[in-house]
Amino acid sequence: MNKNHRAPSNRTLSAVEVKSKFGAEFRRFSLDRSKPGRFDEFYGLLQHVHRIPNVDLLVGYADVHGDLLPINNDDNYHKAITVAAPLLRLFLQRKEEADYSAFGTDTVTRKKTPAALAAVLLRPDATKKKAPIIISLPKDFRPVSSIIDVDILPETHRRVRLYKHGQEKPLGFYIRDGSSVRVTPQGLEKVPGIFISRMVPGGLAESTGLLAVNDEVLEVNGIEVSGKSLDQVTDMMIANSHNLIITVKPANQRNNVVRNSGGAATSGSSGRSSDSNTSFYGFSIPGSMAMAPSHIIQNYEADEESEDEEDLVLEPDGGAKSLLESGAAARSTASSSMPALPRYESHLELRHANGTVASSSSTGSLNAHTRRNLEEDGTVITL
Amino acid sequence: MMKFRFRRQGNDPHREKIKQDLFAFNKTVEHGFPNQPSALGYDPKLQLMAIGTKSGAIKLYGAPGVEMTGLHKDTSAVTQIHFLHGQGRILCLLDDNTIHLWEIVQRENRSYLVEVNSFTLPGRPGIESSSATRVTVMLLKLSCNLLALGTEGGGVHFLELPSLTLLNRSLFQDQVMQSLPEEYKCGKSLGPVESLQEHPKNSDKILIGYSRGLVVLWDLNSRHVENLFLGKQQLESLVWERSGNRFVSSHSDGGYMVWSVSCSKLCTHEPVSGPVVLFSGGMPRASYGDRHCLSILQDSSHVTLDFTSRVIDFFTIHCAEPEQEFDEASMLVVLLEEELVVVDLQTPGWPTLPAPYLAPLHSSAITCASHISNVPPKLWERVISAGQLQCPLNSYENWPICGGKNLAPESKQKELLLTGHEDGTVRFWDASGVSLKPLYKLSTANIFQTDCDHNDSSTQGAEEEWPPFRKVGCFDPYSDDPRLGIQKISLCKYSGKLLVAGTAGQVIVLVMSDEKSDHMIDVATVDLLQDREGFTWKGHDRLPPKSGSVVFAAGFQPVALVQCLPPAAVTAVTLHAEWNLIAFGTSHGFGLFDYHRRSPVLARCTLHPNDSLAMEGPLSRVKSLKKSLRQSFRRIRKSRVSGKKRAVRRIEPRSADDSLSGVVRCLCFADTFLKDGTHHGPTLWAGTNSGSVYAYALDVPSQEKFSERNVEALLGKEIQLMHRAPVVSIAVLDGRGNPLPEPYEVSRDLAKAPDMQASHSVLIASEEQFKVFALPKVSAKTKFKLTAHEGCRVRKVALSNFTSVSSEEYSENSLVCLTNLGDIHVFSVPSLRPQVRYDCVRKEDISGIASCVFTKTGQGFYLISPSEYERFSLSARVITEPLCRVEVERPHDLSDNSSCSTILPQANGTHKTQVESKPSEAEGLMEELRSALSSPVLGSPNSSADLTLDTTGELTMEDVKDFLTTVDEAENNFRNMAEEDGRPPGILIN
Repeated sequence: MNKNHRAPSNRTLSAVEVKSKFGAEFRRFSLDRSKPGRFDEFYGLLQHVHRIPNVDLLVGYADVHGDLLPINNDDNYHKAITVAAPLLRLFLQRKEEADYSAFGTDTVTRKKTPAALAAVLLRPDATKKKAPIIISLPKDFRPVSSIIDVDILPETHRRVRLYKHGQEKPLGFYIRDGSSVRVTPQGLEKVPGIFISRMVPGGLAESTGLLAVNDEVLEVNGIEVSGKSLDQVTDMMIANSHNLIITVKPANQRNNVVRNSGGAATSGSSGRSSDSNTSFYGFSIPGSMAMAPSHIIQNYEADEESEDEEDLVLEPDGGAKSLLESGAAARSTASSSMPALPRYESHLELRHANGTVASSSSTGSLNAHTRRNLEEDGTVITL
Repeated sequence: MMKFRFRRQGNDPHREKIKQDLFAFNKTVEHGFPNQPSALGYDPKLQLMAIGTKSGAIKLYGAPGVEMTGLHKDTSAVTQIHFLHGQGRILCLLDDNTIHLWEIVQRENRSYLVEVNSFTLPGRPGIESSSATRVTVMLLKLSCNLLALGTEGGGVHFLELPSLTLLNRSLFQDQVMQSLPEEYKCGKSLGPVESLQEHPKNSDKILIGYSRGLVVLWDLNSRHVENLFLGKQQLESLVWERSGNRFVSSHSDGGYMVWSVSCSKLCTHEPVSGPVVLFSGGMPRASYGDRHCLSILQDSSHVTLDFTSRVIDFFTIHCAEPEQEFDEASMLVVLLEEELVVVDLQTPGWPTLPAPYLAPLHSSAITCASHISNVPPKLWERVISAGQLQCPLNSYENWPICGGKNLAPESKQKELLLTGHEDGTVRFWDASGVSLKPLYKLSTANIFQTDCDHNDSSTQGAEEEWPPFRKVGCFDPYSDDPRLGIQKISLCKYSGKLLVAGTAGQVIVLVMSDEKSDHMIDVATVDLLQDREGFTWKGHDRLPPKSGSVVFAAGFQPVALVQCLPPAAVTAVTLHAEWNLIAFGTSHGFGLFDYHRRSPVLARCTLHPNDSLAMEGPLSRVKSLKKSLRQSFRRIRKSRVSGKKRAVRRIEPRSADDSLSGVVRCLCFADTFLKDGTHHGPTLWAGTNSGSVYAYALDVPSQEKFSERNVEALLGKEIQLMHRAPVVSIAVLDGRGNPLPEPYEVSRDLAKAPDMQASHSVLIASEEQFKVFALPKVSAKTKFKLTAHEGCRVRKVALSNFTSVSSEEYSENSLVCLTNLGDIHVFSVPSLRPQVRYDCVRKEDISGIASCVFTKTGQGFYLISPSEYERFSLSARVITEPLCRVEVERPHDLSDNSSCSTILPQANGTHKTQVESKPSEAEGLMEELRSALSSPVLGSPNSSADLTLDTTGELTMEDVKDFLTTVDEAENNFRNMAEEDGRPPGILIN
């Protein structure tokens, strides 16, 4: 760690030196560490100093460990300012040309120098020997589960969304038939119901902590299960397995979200209702937990549907090949012969997370190593 | 945040009217042979035949096209059927000891079969057990006003007809016993009544035969025993000679006796000259006890008809002149368990007569089916003439059972139903009308060397056998070689080219030819594994083709044989005769073959590397071990579960390495846009079990250059459906959203050319959802997630064209879908909006669901038994149903005052009552959602008691909207349902 190799002066305490690089051009300026302002102001400032007012930018900075991390919201902007010691090195890329693989652990230190870092960013695609692991932007980090619709559901119910995202972890739960007691105008009535019968250890359902054995399943993706057979409910769940929303009545009613009370009452629930692991917001202001439930609803709404609905379309490029081999060969040869006179318009409907990757014109390089990745993983590609 | 509000919208009456004009669900007719027949009856006056089944159905047949069906309320086997001659009334005895009277009634100038009365014989309290009053035989007097019932207890009861009122004239055994000589009595009962026969000349006398062997001639008027015939052998049946002087009794020891009435003497060995004697059974038990035989004796001629299934009953058709000394039977009609055989007794040699209906569809088990609508007359004639060469007697002019009048108009369009069978045959049926007539039979076994080639019939003639057996009938359930089984059929009706594919990976291209031919077949093998390593096929071998040339009769003659390697069963085929291309798929991959140049174009392996089961084949030891282990585990689990009555299901998404993920489920050719939006060309589409779709661009040379240039294929797209559900069907829609026409339809001006201006789209139906993608970008346009909403799986889909009843001009294309729950959904295309839903097949009837075939005009077929197709219609316009009239005259008509139901039941009890989906489905969903929110469930016992249960007050409309925004599937489906053409959508976005 290279912190404090120089005694911090007053000046460095109050101001942050910024060295911003866009293409081959550098700009230097300083910011007030105590009043960094908001991200969008900062973003405007960057566009201003580089004189690129209408260019969509991807802002990255080198942190103390030499990792290239993105700045794209207030939280990580503030983080970048507070950790700058004292120089904040920024790397700007055009959004449509962005190389997402440059972000992540050890992306900068491996090359050690800023020049090398720049080389990482600017290297030509053809020289890539091995495709790095694609790590999406932290803002695209995906929740694995959430409690939703707390404000409209009865407190006894819990609507849980499980995000499969094609990850290897199994959903991992079993359902069974059973009977539950319900209030009807005639009094209490025993009705057939569907219950969670077992959790697979280490599975997604168990790891979220939001579902438990003997929870009664009331709805699957908005469709009531009452009156449906176990097999029908199974089919409904499997059909929606990549984006499963189940409404349960938890067997244990002690951890319910209490909606109208303030911070004190949520102590039990808040931990459960937020995303338990892989939450990028872990370092963000911890005091904001009181607003957790509604906050979570807001977080991931718009894009989820389009994302997990996307079927994968692959289009092999390259000229006409001899027929029998073309099927098998096309995919493997595609990456090398990529730029050469594509026969089809290069188009890959691969949308990582929020769909920013392939939004407008995906570059050949992206195409190339995505496909290579596909091969490495076998034929299974799930997003 | 976006808020949605559902506006309560009444159903558009205009659209509802259109729907009513387009769609209507009817089960129209049952084709084939009734499953498990149990009784036979015949009315010589009306010339109608009735067959009763074990499921309680009675089916009436007359002239071809005259068919009526009735179903008893209880599914009890029909044991006897008797016609009230000429009256159009039928009496049925059921296994539950009830007697039912049916009538042919006329309604709207058509005849229907309606049950009008029923009767159960009351027990005699205190004396006889219920089995004593069990009816064993019924005698319907020729005058049709009296019914005599013989019972197990030996009593004979009389009923007045047609009112079915019991007359107080019953004859009990003790009355008969009084007149018996002492030495015959020997303290034993006479046993059940086995036979009742009316005296042919004197209708007041009846012959009563008891099981022990006693036969009594009873006078009904004077109520006394007129004659006693002291038989010693256990009696089976009795029959009069016409003169009334003699009768014949048959016995359980296999013999029959002829009795003379006047002297009551036995004259067994008197040679009966001239008349024909018919009996079933009677074979020496030790040697032929297992055979199903019927013997015909006349003078020195003796033939024993040897059937492949049990004889249920038989009757003869004879002249009705009472003056004749003998019946002079002209035809013998034998009902067997699996078929109907008619023997012409007037033609020397007693040949059999083909029946125009009741075809035994299952003479070899049906393995697949294909329907071709609107067959061009040219092909139709060629198929018929080829069929006539096979079976020259193929005219039904001599058909003896010709009562009633077929009122159904001659169908304008010819329809072919092709069934593939286990023995490697493909049968062509005329499906244009009510009776399914066999037209032509194609056998593919003769091009292969199979083990069963050697045992020809040559050895059988040499054997001097007694009795002289003759094999009759075509029901043959034993397959010579299961590899011959037909899996897929595709016919090009314009070019007469046929593609047939079977269990051992054989794909045969056949061409219609009017000349017989002697030629070699070109054989090609296509390796679908594409050098994939680490896999070994442990299944059956491929079928070795015959070397040298083979003689083929006129008809469909094989020209090319493609054998897939490994030789797994073919799971999908498609044929494009204009491009001379065939495509075929197995569980390993798919191939493309140019049959003009006889050269393979493409082979693509679809296997997932982890998929070992597919490789090993169905006979693999590894698999069977795995399977048996799995099964035994399942059994253990099942027994454990059944104790607790609790089933558990695992919830996991489909993974790619499920076994058999590489199975190719569908293939299709299309001329469309794959590369870009401006250049269209031939394409091939293939869908697999794991939700992958492969699209190939084909380079097909023009017609003149077929011989010079190769066809080329280039992979254009690979689509992986996110949900990985098996792809059931793929179809390409033109710019107007219509399905592309068939090959040759455009070039021969038979169909409107597809719209090649606007962008095409591809409709991919998976087991879980339907999706329309725009081409060439393959971007999703519309979808409907059936499984997510209904919790059912798509089993069969087809694109059908529905024409409105009110106007021939108006028609719509629809997607018809049968689910694993047996219901049929109809969706508009390409907007995928649900139109109607009908219950069709019982969900337990898996073979019925699997056998379903849809036609292009909105009809369909499915197997209700191995031998019967149920035909149904989804279209309000295209309905093929029996339309017939039988003229009857009866003295007292019951049907006027009877409260007969207007809904006619259908046979075999496989039907659910049809319930049309509520048009207000969208509203129903809304109600559902609302009630889901407004009725919180009471806490289970372990929930904390102080929770407030009533939260309904806090719920507002806004909240509901909120809820719906997160419930994307339901909402999407909902939107599909709610939106209709030409009116604002039912969702208002604030």
